[in-house]
Amino acid sequence: MSLKNLFLRDKRVALEIASDIKKIAEKIGGEIKIMHVCGTHEHTVTYYGLRSLLPENVKVIAGPGCPVCVVPAKEIDEAIKLAMEGIKVYTYGDMYRVPGSRKSLADAKAEGGEVQVVYSVGDAVKLAKSEKREAVFFSVGFETTAPIPAAYICSRNIPENMTFLVSHRLTVPALKYVLDDPEIPLNGVIAPGHVSAIMGASSWSFVAEEYGIPVVVAGFEPIDFLMAVDIILRQIYRGEAKIINEYTRVVKWEGNLNAKKLMYKAFKAVDGEWRGIGVLPRSVFTLTRDYKIYDARERYDIRVDEVVDFPPPCRCADVILGKAVPTDCPMFLKACTLSRPYGPCMVSSEGTCSIWAKYGGYSVVKRSNG
Amino acid sequence: MTSRIRLAHGGGGRETSEIIENIIKPRFKLKKIFDGIGLEELDDGASIPITEKLHGRHLVVTSDSYTVYPIFFPGGDIGKLAACGSINDLAVMGARPVAMLDTIVVEEGFPLEDFTRILDSFKRVLEEENVALLGGDFKVMPSGKLDRIVISTTGIGIAEKVITDIGLKAGDKILINGGIGEHGAAIMAAQAGLDVESSSLSSDVQPLTRIMQAAIKNGEVHAAKDLTRGGLASALNEFAIKNRVSIYVYEDKIPVKEEVLAYSEMLGVDPLVLACEGRVIVVAPPEDAERIVKIWKGMGFKQAEIIGEVTLERPGYVLLETLAGGIRIIEKPTGEIVPRIC
Repeated sequence: MSLKNLFLRDKRVALEIASDIKKIAEKIGGEIKIMHVCGTHEHTVTYYGLRSLLPENVKVIAGPGCPVCVVPAKEIDEAIKLAMEGIKVYTYGDMYRVPGSRKSLADAKAEGGEVQVVYSVGDAVKLAKSEKREAVFFSVGFETTAPIPAAYICSRNIPENMTFLVSHRLTVPALKYVLDDPEIPLNGVIAPGHVSAIMGASSWSFVAEEYGIPVVVAGFEPIDFLMAVDIILRQIYRGEAKIINEYTRVVKWEGNLNAKKLMYKAFKAVDGEWRGIGVLPRSVFTLTRDYKIYDARERYDIRVDEVVDFPPPCRCADVILGKAVPTDCPMFLKACTLSRPYGPCMVSSEGTCSIWAKYGGYSVVKRSNG
Repeated sequence: MTSRIRLAHGGGGRETSEIIENIIKPRFKLKKIFDGIGLEELDDGASIPITEKLHGRHLVVTSDSYTVYPIFFPGGDIGKLAACGSINDLAVMGARPVAMLDTIVVEEGFPLEDFTRILDSFKRVLEEENVALLGGDFKVMPSGKLDRIVISTTGIGIAEKVITDIGLKAGDKILINGGIGEHGAAIMAAQAGLDVESSSLSSDVQPLTRIMQAAIKNGEVHAAKDLTRGGLASALNEFAIKNRVSIYVYEDKIPVKEEVLAYSEMLGVDPLVLACEGRVIVVAPPEDAERIVKIWKGMGFKQAEIIGEVTLERPGYVLLETLAGGIRIIEKPTGEIVPRIC
């Protein structure tokens, strides 16, 4: 298949792969659960209606793939507290409307808090330099977004009035947590293409080697995803468990060495809280000793009131872990909608609830012609 | 006369007369219907004589306001938009637009040059469409109380037979006269500060009278709707819900320009929900649909296409067969997709 076919989103090619998937799935028999751990993969799956192309016994589940969904309410509360105290908080748009314990940064802004949405850390640095006032960049995201703030931090190209509220989380420990949970039995894993571009395909080899589960690094075109499912099923059928990189046009085995170097110079991984999930070992970034002067938590005394991660009956935590799908939640599309979201999974464009609500993912329509 | 509009121009006195007499009135050739009262007389209202000619027909009326930002955008401006918007609402009701009234409110200090440029594009559409300007209103608001200019238009048309949103039957085809999302993408890109001038991305804003009249003459039109805010997704959902039918559309049949696709992917917006200002979906029986699309193509609408059909599979839902061959529901868009689009 040529790259052209892939980008053309060729229906014939897609249907051909789907029919191969069907044949192999039939031979394997029984339920086959494949998890992806990326909001953009869920977007591809739902937007292109890929579940409708899969046979009944092949289930594609969304795992922890939404970086703003897993930032604990406490850290959002911290950002809000700073904003309400008159410190300018720069945030990505995706984080802006995510509720903390009681409110979101958007609510805080409406109440007079100092919040501004930026597209990148570069914009935040530029603004902080020109505005010359106390400012904090709310640095969130998985391994994909961490290298850019790391580059700024390592170059010390940051004005004195600016610090970072670091809230980055790492996907590898999250996937380990899921694989260790007997409640989530998996037969295959589709690894995130964007994260892998930085971390390298090699960072997922533990899935095959330690857990004996086939794993495929996949891109974000519908054909990428279908190929990944097909490759996993072929492995299962042959009784193999290997790591395969389907996204070779972007992802290298070792990843982006420069980005990794900067990232681990600026940050180190420590045990940390994931929203509604608990503490995961070595899963959260904090600034290294050399760069502690850029840590907002060092500069300001940020104490927040009692924290509520998920006001019940929100099932966001289960949705993030792949233990539940949005339709299992009693609030989905009832008390929790795109215009009035209740939990973070309905707010972020990478949240499964939001993707299902936007693109009709709550109902799988099978092709009538088989 | 000064180069900027001042508060006094909206005061109703001598300065207002200057604007109306010197700037607005001379621009419009057609100022009345039959021998009724119109713009020329500057009376308190306009009149349309009810003649034999109107007997048994429908007078169709519509009203809309325009707040688009930026006011000049690739492919048009607020004047062209204000004229086309109301003309299109009439056209898709099966009417021939005949007259219009406009209300223009501008901010104090608005450049006169921009004002006349907007009026000229407004006039151009009315002239081409043979639509009379019967009257209107002009006001000025203090600086800072209004963002430059707001226009409201009321359109009047005459229809032999009114076409509504109801009337879809299982087996009917859904046709569209061209690529989706061009207005939305052009505005969105302009608002985001992307260099749209140098690209071929431009708004599709245009009158739909010819397109609609051609459809009515050459086939049995069961329903029609112009695509505005919420784009194709919104219009199809409205059809499906109002008619309690299901609509099945094919993504690979939905015309969309490459640059619209590129911009919407870049900015993370689904082209299905992007606004159009010169596109209509018409519902017609299969044979009529084929004929209409052929005629539309002959009229220069090369991207005209049958994009799907009416079924009874899942009443109230719009189903999309995606480019990858999968099927998903097209949701009714929620929230503000692009602010101040029209």
